[in-house]
Amino acid sequence: MPSSLLWAVDVYGRVYSLSTAGQQWEHCRDAHLEFKRVTAVQQCCWSIACDHNIYLYVHASEVPIRYQEETYENQRWNPVDGFSDRLLPSDRWQWSDITGLKHQPLGDFQLPSENWEWEADWYIDENFGGEPTEKGGWTYAIDFPATYTKDKKWNSCVRRRRWIRYRRYKAQDTWVKIPSEQTESLPDPFNDITCGGWEITEEPRGCLALWAVSLQGKVWFRCDINHHNPEGSVWEEVPVPGEVVQISCGPGDLVWAVLWEGHLLVREGVGRDCLKGSSWVTVESPSPGVGVVHVAVGVNVVWAVTKDHKVWFRRGVNSHNPCGSGWIGMVGEMVMINVGLSDQVWAIGFEDRAVYFRQGVTASELSGKAWKVVSVPRDSERSHSSASASSLQSAGCFFGGEVRLQSQASMLSDADAETERAGGEVVPTPEIGDAPKPRIPKVTSDKLEDRASPAQVLSPSQSGGVDPQWSNVDLEEAQTHLTSGPGGDAAETSSLSSVATYNLALEEPYGLDEPPKWAWVSGGGCLVECHTQLNWFNSSTSTALNSSMQAMSLSITPAQTAAWRKQIFEQLSERSKREMENFMHYEQAIEQSVWVKKGTMQWWRDWKPHKWVDVQFALEQFSGVEGNKDGILFIYYTFNDEKKYLHMFINEVTILVPVLNDSKHTFAIYTAERTKQRWPMRLAAATELEMHDWLALLSVSCCDSRGIQGPPSKQAIWSVTCKGDIFVSEPTKELEASPYPTPCAQISLGVVWGIGYDHTAWVHTGGYGGGFFQGLASSTDNIYTQTDVKSVYIYENQRWNPVTGYTNRGLPTDRYMWSNASGLKECTKNNTKPPSPNWTWVSDWTIDYAVPGGTDREGWQYAADFPASYHGNKTLKDFVRRRRWARKCKLTTTGPWQEVPPIPLSDITILPLRAKGSVSAQNPAGDCWYHIPSPTGQKLKQVSVGRTSVYTVDENGNLWYRHGVTPSYPQGSSWEHISNNVRKVSVGPLDQVWVIADKVQGSHSLSCGTVCRRLGVLPMEPKGHSWDYGIGGGWDHITVRGNAMEAPRIVMPSLTDNQTATRPLQTSNQPEMNGNPVGC
Amino acid sequence: MADDKDVLRDVWFGRIPACFTLSPEETTEREAEPYYLLLPRVSYLTLVTDKVKKHFLRVMKAEDSTEMWFEYEGTPLKWHYPIGVLFDLHASNTALPWNVTVHFKNFPEHDLLHCTSNSVIEAHFMSCIKEADALKHKGQVINDMQKKDHKQLWMGLQNDKFDQFWAMNRKLMEYPTDEGGFRYIPFRMYQTMGERPFIQKLFRPVSPEGHTLTLGDLLKELFPAAICAEDEPKRFQVMIHGIEPLLETPIQWLSEHLSHPDNFLHISIIPAPSD
Repeated sequence: MPSSLLWAVDVYGRVYSLSTAGQQWEHCRDAHLEFKRVTAVQQCCWSIACDHNIYLYVHASEVPIRYQEETYENQRWNPVDGFSDRLLPSDRWQWSDITGLKHQPLGDFQLPSENWEWEADWYIDENFGGEPTEKGGWTYAIDFPATYTKDKKWNSCVRRRRWIRYRRYKAQDTWVKIPSEQTESLPDPFNDITCGGWEITEEPRGCLALWAVSLQGKVWFRCDINHHNPEGSVWEEVPVPGEVVQISCGPGDLVWAVLWEGHLLVREGVGRDCLKGSSWVTVESPSPGVGVVHVAVGVNVVWAVTKDHKVWFRRGVNSHNPCGSGWIGMVGEMVMINVGLSDQVWAIGFEDRAVYFRQGVTASELSGKAWKVVSVPRDSERSHSSASASSLQSAGCFFGGEVRLQSQASMLSDADAETERAGGEVVPTPEIGDAPKPRIPKVTSDKLEDRASPAQVLSPSQSGGVDPQWSNVDLEEAQTHLTSGPGGDAAETSSLSSVATYNLALEEPYGLDEPPKWAWVSGGGCLVECHTQLNWFNSSTSTALNSSMQAMSLSITPAQTAAWRKQIFEQLSERSKREMENFMHYEQAIEQSVWVKKGTMQWWRDWKPHKWVDVQFALEQFSGVEGNKDGILFIYYTFNDEKKYLHMFINEVTILVPVLNDSKHTFAIYTAERTKQRWPMRLAAATELEMHDWLALLSVSCCDSRGIQGPPSKQAIWSVTCKGDIFVSEPTKELEASPYPTPCAQISLGVVWGIGYDHTAWVHTGGYGGGFFQGLASSTDNIYTQTDVKSVYIYENQRWNPVTGYTNRGLPTDRYMWSNASGLKECTKNNTKPPSPNWTWVSDWTIDYAVPGGTDREGWQYAADFPASYHGNKTLKDFVRRRRWARKCKLTTTGPWQEVPPIPLSDITILPLRAKGSVSAQNPAGDCWYHIPSPTGQKLKQVSVGRTSVYTVDENGNLWYRHGVTPSYPQGSSWEHISNNVRKVSVGPLDQVWVIADKVQGSHSLSCGTVCRRLGVLPMEPKGHSWDYGIGGGWDHITVRGNAMEAPRIVMPSLTDNQTATRPLQTSNQPEMNGNPVGC
Repeated sequence: MADDKDVLRDVWFGRIPACFTLSPEETTEREAEPYYLLLPRVSYLTLVTDKVKKHFLRVMKAEDSTEMWFEYEGTPLKWHYPIGVLFDLHASNTALPWNVTVHFKNFPEHDLLHCTSNSVIEAHFMSCIKEADALKHKGQVINDMQKKDHKQLWMGLQNDKFDQFWAMNRKLMEYPTDEGGFRYIPFRMYQTMGERPFIQKLFRPVSPEGHTLTLGDLLKELFPAAICAEDEPKRFQVMIHGIEPLLETPIQWLSEHLSHPDNFLHISIIPAPSD
């Protein structure tokens, strides 16, 4: 992070800046003036000096500010002179701008201010449209205005060329007075200034909004400030419905102003097209009767200070609702407040006039946590000149200015002095009615002062009954003379910041070895990231007012030094010594064994605009008290340049699942809450291997935190994703069934069978692990090598055209010429990969002739158009054809599965449906088959049988329920349609019905492969009445056959309760099934 | 000058060295070695003594392994008081380590609550926090928290995670600025000899006239005997976390900084040592 600057003005009007990388206030040396106010942004700092003029300090940057002036020289041809500057009367001027509408002779160009300089003289631009022209840079045309070419033709009657001159802004890293010739119309000098608006628009570059308030309470807007015109061009008055005393403008479109009466104005209509906004809205002061004296706004925050120095935070402010919704009182007593970058807050304390930083301001906690005093010393440069000052001090005459001697007084006496001073300050000065304790050059009193004659300027100190300080004021002024030159300036200083003078009078006796007294701070250019530790706070030079963690501790200034507090500190450290020092070799009761795995990942951001953002990902695991491990997942991300994090307790994670995504290796993490919101945490790892590592690790820690070890129980719910990963979910003893992931497959009476893509049956061995679990400390018994072979198919598509016949040149609207079955995804021979790295190719691409519908001899299938039904012979109406290529791949992985010798078991559920009579654990093969007719016209694809109910799914995704099935009449009587868009069904032994459904409303779109559970299944009502939608996306198969828990106790983590009817799932073509023959 | 945050840390990380010995009444298969442990002052006995239990069960017969309970010099130790309170109340001014006797038999049903699992402790802890917040903020803060925030408080205590705990507990310690403190201070005042287990009353941090009330004000109202005149000998010690804060300490500050994780300020009043 590059360092940036915090600006502040002390009560003497000296401007200091503090770098985020630095540890001391740097005096802005070339300022021979005293300043009243500063407002900083990253590239510059604006200020109002005590001479009422506005000054600008532009930071030097590597890119100079330069501006190209241009003008055009125009000529016309006549037969006598050829091309000459003698133009027709109707023509443009001989020198004009590009449009010809404005007369622009070279000599008319003036530097906008004395802060600019010409880089060189005028020269001719010999390039035209990026190409060099003939000598002289002339471009030709028939007439003005017309198209110009660089070539002279026979009919070229006019020509023109461009002259260029660069000017450069020279006044960088110095204070320059903003020329005031255009401000002559101003009836009164400026009194407050605020700069912001750089986030509103990027065009033109560096565009800023600068607002100012004049002593008479009028508001002015500086036009046209941008990178090329850092000074802006002209002041425009913005009408206000009252007298404004102070204004604040945020980086975005927030502009708030304080009215003399203490109410606030909010500017509306500020936007890209109108930096000035359109109208004002009034907002009441937070506490009735006590007006606001100061306001500060950021991007989404507004802070205010009332006359009683209370600090207020405005809730609910954003660019749609610039007025916010309500005030919240904050701790601390401040005299002014300022909001900087990332809504960080700076303030000046009322008691000590120190600069405070609001700690813990983040995008989620905009009000921050605590005030922390910025306690860094000022640079020592000025103290060299104050030898006399110290001698004066030694003579007992306290005196302003830098005192080099370290304070010899003890801390305690310092504190006493401070307390005394605090006591003295509460003496009210009734003459200044509205501001009994003016501590800063506050606008209200300034204005009063200014209307009075300068001679009465010091009246506050007189009337305040603090006459003895009079002489000090004189001394201070004398010293100002010494250090700041002309006496007139100094006099003006005091008259303008009369209240500051009043302060000096009071505070003089404490010398400047004390922390500096500040009058104004501006953090608009200061970038503080919330996790970086600034080294501004730990400085030992601070007095008792040190940092404090807690918000409530700020007000304890006297308390910090109180005897009781000291005594508690002492006793606590004594106690620790007494009770622990000699016993450190004892074992700790709570083990702090923590280990952390970290990595980088991308995270699909939870809020709009959704996008992948780079995050740091960390899993912190620790041993719980009873020996069970637990963990927390942290996701560290950056938002608005602020580092933040999300966390998730491992014991709340319900599902971990890899998500199909072509470009990224993504997986999703669900908790009960996130399932309800249909919004899992989505993460993407850099490589597939990394993703599997993380999934395995997370999965193991999920199991650990639930105390789950060993093989899944008989009650588990099993499911298969589209990728073929097998998950098992164990209903825990708690009310909620928490599906947790471990790999495995398909259960029936305690024996788990899986069927591979090559129709080999596998039996679960009761082990656990394997696959991406390799190398983890899980049970490695019963893990066997598994192999599986399947074909990957791609399609070659062609379209007929009259010239060349069938070619691979399709229409622009056509599918890819090499695609998957649906045509939506491009799949060439080269880019098609095996389903996961565990699969390897075992053959080359071959044409597949065994395609449903038949092919011709070259494997082509023909159709009238994509997509349509294909047939194996070419007809006259066919304009497209496709053929299928297949390539075999083989999976070799490990898992708790053992190959079963080939038995004729595969696809027992294939149409036409047969009911297997009397299947039992003893006689798993059954003894006979009954033929049951399918529902009309539908080919059944899958069947699942519970204790008393039979469900089937047909090829079009309809779910059917078989009526009339009884133990004695297992065939049943008739089919009833339950739902469509169902991919798979599984009926448990208690007749629980779980399906994988498509087209369920997900978090942001219809999702495919959502797990749903049938609600309302009762013994007398085995059909149930509605669906409960669970986790979405990517599931391919589920089985609940082993789940024998009482139905009402199984509650999915996401209950969308009381859906009274079957949610009508829209009818549409079932996407082509991927031929997974797993069934039960 | 130290930071107030350091007070919170000191309080949290306070440890009492303890020596656990098996009661001679217990029958063992072989002799039981004493077991030494550093106990967190702010935690609960049954929450941090799994190791002790494991240690002694090794020498016990399996059929005797019933619920474990603790006793100090004849007094059964109530697990639902924080460890620091038990120590201050019964064993302050004694030599360290703290000798605690471990029992498995004869559970004193009249004196102790059963603690069958950590969820019992969790329930007790959370109910204390809720009670404290009811006093401080009419329960609004704790009720606004989510279940997982509650969990975070408990997990923080259980796993001795200061930052995790205080990230959440901080919210429980806030109060409206204009009121100068909580609605009522959640405190409990313990005595060894009292007929009641502890004194608990409604007490505001600020007097109706707007004065900040102190520990002395609290004692004056509830236990005037603890305040002695200048010339009298001290009769009682007022202990919080093993220290004796001055009587002029504001009660609000004490509540914010010296409360136990259950958000109560546990004050032990013990007779002053005679020497």
